[in-house]
Amino acid sequence: MNAASSGLPRPVIIIEECKGCGRCVAACPKEVLRISTTVNGMGYRVAEYVGEGCVGCAFCFYNCPEPFAIEVHKEDDRS
Amino acid sequence: MIIKSKGFYEEFERKAGRKRTTHYCAGCGHGIIQKLIAEAMADLGIQDDTVFVSPVGCAAFCYYYLDCGNVAGPHGRAAAVASGLVRAIPDKIVIAYQGDGDLGAIGFNNAFQAANRGDGFAHFFVNNALYAMTGGQLAPTSLPGQKTTTSPYGRDVVKTGEPLKVCEIFNQLDRPVYIERVSVADTKRIMKARKAIRKALQIQKEGKGYAFVEILSPCPTNMRADSVKAAQFVTDEMEKTFPLGCLRDRSDEEAPCCMDIAPRSVDDIVSADYEGDEITDMPDIKERKYKFSGFGGQGILSLGLVLADAASELGRHVSWFPSYGPEQRGGSASCSVVVSGLEIGSPAIDHPDVLVAMNQPSLERFLPTMQSGSVLIYESSVPLEIQVPEGVTVYPFPAADIASDNGVAKAANTALLGCMVELGLLDMPDEDVAAALARSFAAKPKLVDSNKKVFEAARAYARERLV
Repeated sequence: MNAASSGLPRPVIIIEECKGCGRCVAACPKEVLRISTTVNGMGYRVAEYVGEGCVGCAFCFYNCPEPFAIEVHKEDDRS
Repeated sequence: MIIKSKGFYEEFERKAGRKRTTHYCAGCGHGIIQKLIAEAMADLGIQDDTVFVSPVGCAAFCYYYLDCGNVAGPHGRAAAVASGLVRAIPDKIVIAYQGDGDLGAIGFNNAFQAANRGDGFAHFFVNNALYAMTGGQLAPTSLPGQKTTTSPYGRDVVKTGEPLKVCEIFNQLDRPVYIERVSVADTKRIMKARKAIRKALQIQKEGKGYAFVEILSPCPTNMRADSVKAAQFVTDEMEKTFPLGCLRDRSDEEAPCCMDIAPRSVDDIVSADYEGDEITDMPDIKERKYKFSGFGGQGILSLGLVLADAASELGRHVSWFPSYGPEQRGGSASCSVVVSGLEIGSPAIDHPDVLVAMNQPSLERFLPTMQSGSVLIYESSVPLEIQVPEGVTVYPFPAADIASDNGVAKAANTALLGCMVELGLLDMPDEDVAAALARSFAAKPKLVDSNKKVFEAARAYARERLV
């Protein structure tokens, strides 16, 4: 069962908007974000979610300097 | 629930290249700060009532991103533009956003005066202790010992000054409502910054006045660090010089009211019955050009004004054009008066028809410009040592003596007016000139009679000795 279907909180990283600065990785209190080996169209190695452990605090969102690179989805958006 | 950005355009249409990505470097604090401002605007429901003034610097392109009204200010002038906006559209919310080079250096006075006036806008000051856009040079806010491209061995505060603490300086002013310094170096600090930004905008929504928020912000590129280390520099080094905290919060107080200064009507200020004159052309009134010249303080400009006033009351076209130095008294002063029955082309006079000269420099300067058929009246205690151009009629006149002998030493100008009347140089009824003279002393009624005496004595002298 992955995070999206479990209804658990999870960060959603939009790969093409991420500049790989690492602020979200440093800010995550649960240490469940990391810089991946994936390189996006701008040439950045982007952040990724390890897949579990997110508590939905949105620290990553507020530390991210890009408007659209990261969102935090919480359980009540199940549809 | 999805936590995501609000208050931004969905697509950055004005921006070249990628339409959902900012132009900022990876890890730049501007993006974090603008995310907080955009979110606050959206949450407060003020986007459609807000005008955001972009600065010059890295944040010059805020108008690409923020979904509200946008204006771009010239370098350093965002605060001045905001001050104009709050006057032009007082019911709207205005935000000015500036970096430390923009606000702290070239634009400091604009920002300072806006804060001192308490102009009603939210002022966001992004401090990264250097000039970023131009390549990491020393800024007014650079730290003691900080290495920048123009202080490669470190900032020497003895040579280049101490870091400019803008919050502390603004906190000396009476009018700001709210002053706080925050940081976006980590989550805890970002949350405080978020609160401060929302408060500054709430103050605008309530129309309470000037709110200033300084935001310490990392510049990984010019701090020569990755984004995490740059943020660490902001916390470990910048906060030593720029301690975080709220310096002032008067947002719970009532907004200040304007002082109770009773407005005066234009009629009070100009004159009670002034309605703007209809001027009818009078082709038979010949144009005459008068030059009055002397030392400042001799009443030269007033003499010209009396003549201009008398002619104006008679419905003639008049111009009065003064020329004087920066000194209140003692320098050279002159005025050019043109009276005509028809419209006047220029108030400047190259060749006067009548020159009234009260001192030697006046003679030296203007007598050579006189042409045949013109008239010179000069203060006869001044020696006439200059060649008089051919065809100029010369009247020496003891204006100063006549004034003193009649008890008003300063009224030499009045004496000269009397002389001009008697010599028939004014083309108007005597009583109209006398009336204008009396009007000129409207604010000092005690002087009316004494000047009238000088005026009549001067006329008598001119009648007996000159005509």
